[in-house]
Amino acid sequence: MTSSEPNHPPCQPQAKKYSTRRDFLLQVGLVINTIAGFMVGLPIIGFLFSSLVKTPSKTWFSLGSISQFPEGTMRLSAFQNPYRRVADGETAHLTCWVKRIQGEELKVFAANCTHLGCPVRWFEESKLFLCPCHGGVFYADGERAAGPPPRGLYQYECKVENGELMIKGGLLPTLANPA
Amino acid sequence: MNLKIKALTDIVTNVAIWLERRLHLVKIWEATAGHPIPKSSASWFYVFGSMTMLCLTLQILTGILLSFVYVPSAAEAYRSLEFLNYQQELGWFLRSIHYWGSSCMIIVMFLHMTQVFLWGAYKYPRELTWISGVVLLFLTLGMAFTGQVMRFDADAYWGLGIGASVMGRIPIIGGQMVNFLLGGPIIGSDTLGRFFALHVFVIPGSLLALLSLHLRLVLLKGINEYPKPGIQVHRETYDAEYDKIIHEDGIPFVPNGIGKDVVANGLLLIVIVLLALFVGPKGPGIPADPTQIISEAKPDYPFLWLFAAAALLPNGSEVLLFFVLPVIGMLLLFGLPFYSNQGEKHFSRRPISVMIVLLSYLGIGLLTYAGMTGPWSPHMEASTSQSTKPEFIQARTPLELQGALIFQNKQCRTCHAIGGEGGSRGPDLTTAGSRMDEPQLVRQVIQGGGNMPAYGKNLSREEVKALVSYLSSLNPKKNSSLKEKKEKES
Repeated sequence: MTSSEPNHPPCQPQAKKYSTRRDFLLQVGLVINTIAGFMVGLPIIGFLFSSLVKTPSKTWFSLGSISQFPEGTMRLSAFQNPYRRVADGETAHLTCWVKRIQGEELKVFAANCTHLGCPVRWFEESKLFLCPCHGGVFYADGERAAGPPPRGLYQYECKVENGELMIKGGLLPTLANPA
Repeated sequence: MNLKIKALTDIVTNVAIWLERRLHLVKIWEATAGHPIPKSSASWFYVFGSMTMLCLTLQILTGILLSFVYVPSAAEAYRSLEFLNYQQELGWFLRSIHYWGSSCMIIVMFLHMTQVFLWGAYKYPRELTWISGVVLLFLTLGMAFTGQVMRFDADAYWGLGIGASVMGRIPIIGGQMVNFLLGGPIIGSDTLGRFFALHVFVIPGSLLALLSLHLRLVLLKGINEYPKPGIQVHRETYDAEYDKIIHEDGIPFVPNGIGKDVVANGLLLIVIVLLALFVGPKGPGIPADPTQIISEAKPDYPFLWLFAAAALLPNGSEVLLFFVLPVIGMLLLFGLPFYSNQGEKHFSRRPISVMIVLLSYLGIGLLTYAGMTGPWSPHMEASTSQSTKPEFIQARTPLELQGALIFQNKQCRTCHAIGGEGGSRGPDLTTAGSRMDEPQLVRQVIQGGGNMPAYGKNLSREEVKALVSYLSSLNPKKNSSLKEKKEKES
């Protein structure tokens, strides 16, 4: 055993009869640290939870000339999300299915399945959207046909301006932010 | 010569004494590595804890080295992994060890947990050791989950999409939760950034803190003695009984009790290195490009069972799976040492515990298998890539042959197999004609039902007629009588 170490008697807090300068200093210290804690803590909490409070809103942007979408067809269209950073790389893209019924009458569906967000594919022969993950099926008008999705495909608000197809979006489509 | 040796040993002794007086090494040694354990606990069944720790050490070491090269940005992550795989000297090997180390860590951690459960080590007075272990379990699974996001390939991207969709189901604050998970409006660099911070700072830091507590508790409360059937744990008497065991039959963990751990850990390390050498690193898979809509997300092995459970539960029960069951599971795991605090430790006297372990392993094993084969996923290329065997075409009328073409062209095979080829989302239709008559088939095709869409709008009357006549011909009885006829004629 190590007998060489000195044996200190354990420290005891001093018995209190009256408030001392040490007590006062401790109290002042606590007040200063509480203030400092808020000064450091609030910005940290603000940074961490800013994405909870500040959610971006949808905006209008162009999918390009309407001539890319022949009448009576369903076309896949990829676009750069209006909110993006250089570091996003390829993931700045999102995709949607554009159905031009006739003239300026169009429907734009998000490619993300309403069940768990997998990308749905259009099958021209059977006129159905199929999801590869859990077999969700949607009709050509976006309505839910079968499988686990809780609703039809998310549909973007759209309009034609100066021959360009504009849609209103910018957020990853989910049940909480349906396109 | 002897004088020289004596002078040397004197110097060494003096240095040792100097260090001992300042660092109290003997005291630290006796309280840690040299702590006494019951002789019976130096068992082959008690090696899994140290094996989990070996894996953690390996993960930290390889993780730090990988971070020299890895770039946590959505635009660069994938390329930096390819650089590690193909250009960085031995980068592929370190990635490989990091992957197989994590797989082995999860396996030995579950073995450790199973052993602790079956040997009753969670009972009085080791409740907090169990609880800290459960937290370590979740942190380790958290490492595995965030680790697969680091790969930032298509699986990771669409996996995050699933996460966002789950968050989006939360009532009222769903939108905020999606934004909080992704760090922005879409899955991108901000998303990878926060998962990177979790994977390399937050979770490893918490892991090390919790591991310190876990080990401290093992030292404080002693390692569980090897249980004997019939010997009960009582809160009033256990501490004295354990003291007696340690005094009468205790050995220091190092050097007398550690032998089996050393052997097991050495073997594990060799297994990890061999797997890393011969199987290689995992991925990265297809690049995360949302314009390539051919992906179907599949998580790594530790989460396949959850993935399968999510797919197999009835529609609409997602809330139950994602929000209610985890709470119940947590309560059961954290509460275990409280509702089973005393009594028998040996598994031969705890049949329900043995049953729980068997059922858990069976359930997780079967779900993992289901997750690997994914029978609920449609076969997206079936209509263009799958052939039809001759017996499903031969001796058919022209109308039935038209029906066979419609069956192929209208993507029926995406969900329905014939002769075992095609999707297995819907029933196999090899013998459809023997199960349903024509009116039933017409109704099913036109109206759909269950998981099948209604084809009423997309098929003409003639197409339905042809398709149904083909499906009716898929009847072994009818076909065998046809064959017999043919044979008689010939």
